[in-house]
Amino acid sequence: MTRPAVSIQSVSKRWTPEGRAPVQALSDLTFDVAPGEFIVLLGPSGCGKSTLLYMIAGLEEVSGGRIACDGEPVTEPSAERGLIFQEASLFPWLTIADNVAFGLSVQHVQPVRRREIAVEMLKRVGLGDMLDKKPDELSGGMRQRAACARALAMRPKVLMMDEPFAALDVQTRARMQDFLLQIWRDSGASILLVTHSIDEAISLADRVVVFTARPGRVKTIVPIDLPRPRESRDPRYHAYRDMFAELLADEVDRAFAEQEAV
Amino acid sequence: MSADAGRTGLGEAAPARGGAPLDPPGFSLSPAWRRRLSTLVWGVVSVGLFAGIWEGLWALGYADPLLLPPPHLFLADIPGTLQFFDRSNRVGSVATGGGVGALLITMAWTTMRVVVGLALGFACGVAVGATIHYVKFLRNLLLPTILLLAPISPVAWLPVAIFVFGIGDVPAIFLVFITVFFAIVLSTGAQIESVPKNYIHVARIMGASQRQTFWKVILPAILPSLFMTLRLNLFAAWMVVLIAETVGVGTGLGQITSMARSTFNAKLVFFTMAIIGLLGFLSDFALRQVQRRMLWWIAPNQGGAR
Ligand SMILES: Nc1ncnc2c1ncn2[C@@H]1O[C@H](COP(=O)(O)OP(=O)(O)OP(=O)(O)O)[C@@H](O)[C@H]1O
Ligand SMILES: [Mg+2]
Repeated sequence: MTRPAVSIQSVSKRWTPEGRAPVQALSDLTFDVAPGEFIVLLGPSGCGKSTLLYMIAGLEEVSGGRIACDGEPVTEPSAERGLIFQEASLFPWLTIADNVAFGLSVQHVQPVRRREIAVEMLKRVGLGDMLDKKPDELSGGMRQRAACARALAMRPKVLMMDEPFAALDVQTRARMQDFLLQIWRDSGASILLVTHSIDEAISLADRVVVFTARPGRVKTIVPIDLPRPRESRDPRYHAYRDMFAELLADEVDRAFAEQEAV
Repeated sequence: MSADAGRTGLGEAAPARGGAPLDPPGFSLSPAWRRRLSTLVWGVVSVGLFAGIWEGLWALGYADPLLLPPPHLFLADIPGTLQFFDRSNRVGSVATGGGVGALLITMAWTTMRVVVGLALGFACGVAVGATIHYVKFLRNLLLPTILLLAPISPVAWLPVAIFVFGIGDVPAIFLVFITVFFAIVLSTGAQIESVPKNYIHVARIMGASQRQTFWKVILPAILPSLFMTLRLNLFAAWMVVLIAETVGVGTGLGQITSMARSTFNAKLVFFTMAIIGLLGFLSDFALRQVQRRMLWWIAPNQGGAR
């Protein structure tokens, strides 16, 4: 078996905010992500999905357990592990092309080469004619694509996305999913994507990791055995949807029960 | 943010559509020029109305020309007024009747004091503000003192400035410096605090060092608000420089006003006031232009970091 792109072993995370009670966000989490695999993380709100991505990215430390990427323990952020946020975090003071080239400029790549790579990446995400626009001038979907281009310019081995399409309307969202699948095939990166949408999970994932309510654990891991492109009319698709709805309903109930008890 | 973009789009399109049918054939202005023209026309109307009321009061005999000479009187006697301005920037020099040249030189000296004071205050304010934000020891050491000194009116610093720097340009520059310095120091810390966390995360993921993160991400993110703070303090700076010139410098527009008051020369008072008003307006305009060029990603009048 090949070495996993990301290996998560008995990882737990306890937040200890100043002046408030500590929060156990994740506990004893274990799963592997194969190279080039598309993983979707699904779970009730507050179960620690974002926290997990931040830890894989190296922005936060684990409280227990081990995270390794390509066999190397994660100790600090690296451009090999790209992270895309819910709102595009493009810098408003840079043009789209300069935003995409930001990581390269930090690494002292020559300006001409930088520009070439930025142009190439933006063409790949369909923004070839937006190079010198301000982020403010783009629509939400375009901004997320630009954020993708910025991450891809660093040639990441793992691309993490935290509810990247949550703020988009349904039509744009469907287009962005197709776009993402294409990017994924082109780049060969592993993808970890967080979503609240069951349909998004079924349309995209190789495997869906379902979380329990807080403290988040792996409830179950479901491989999606459907050929792409996936048809929502397919009866098997419906079966998956019912299954996920049931799995999530249990956990959401539990989360609410817990909140009421407090 | 997308709602924002939509609004700008509409704002630009609406006047063009509304104005088009009124255009005489063969004569059309771009919307930008039309906006500028309309600003100018309203400016003239506004000032004209103000001057007109004043002139009217004079014509009706309510405004004593010796105490409140209306514009046509204090502007008519410009050669007579100009003889009070001096070419040299020497303290206590007797007016040499220097004419327009002397007026411009006096204006330039006063403006120089404001500009140098503001620039130093801004640069030092950002440097000190960032330093005490990042170095906890210095923050603990300096912040209480800064909080104590910040609310003191710059005018109250005047005696100190004269004791320390003597008579001359330095106390005036120092007073302008004080006017912006504390405001910028305090706002720098607050603004760094409110830089969106995602910006910092992106920088870290891309492998930026702390220094790169500061220069390439934090500084551009906080500059618009700091610049707004600077603009808000611009008029205070003009106020303060005049007071400093009256007392601590002995030259410049402030000194002329003070001399005009003590010699009971109402024409000179109003003439100098008009000049001061004009300079204040022009400097605000200049700052807005700087903001437009250097901070192009922020719409004018919008200070907040986003
Ligand atoms: N910086 C932090 N400091 C303290 N507690 C935090 C912090 N970030 C997250 N938490 C807590 O950790 C728990 C998990 O948060 P996280 O954002 O990872 O959940 P999530 O699964 O992404 O939720 P959602 O689906 O709503 O985005 C929450 O209870 C949250 O309050
Ligand atoms: Mg989240």
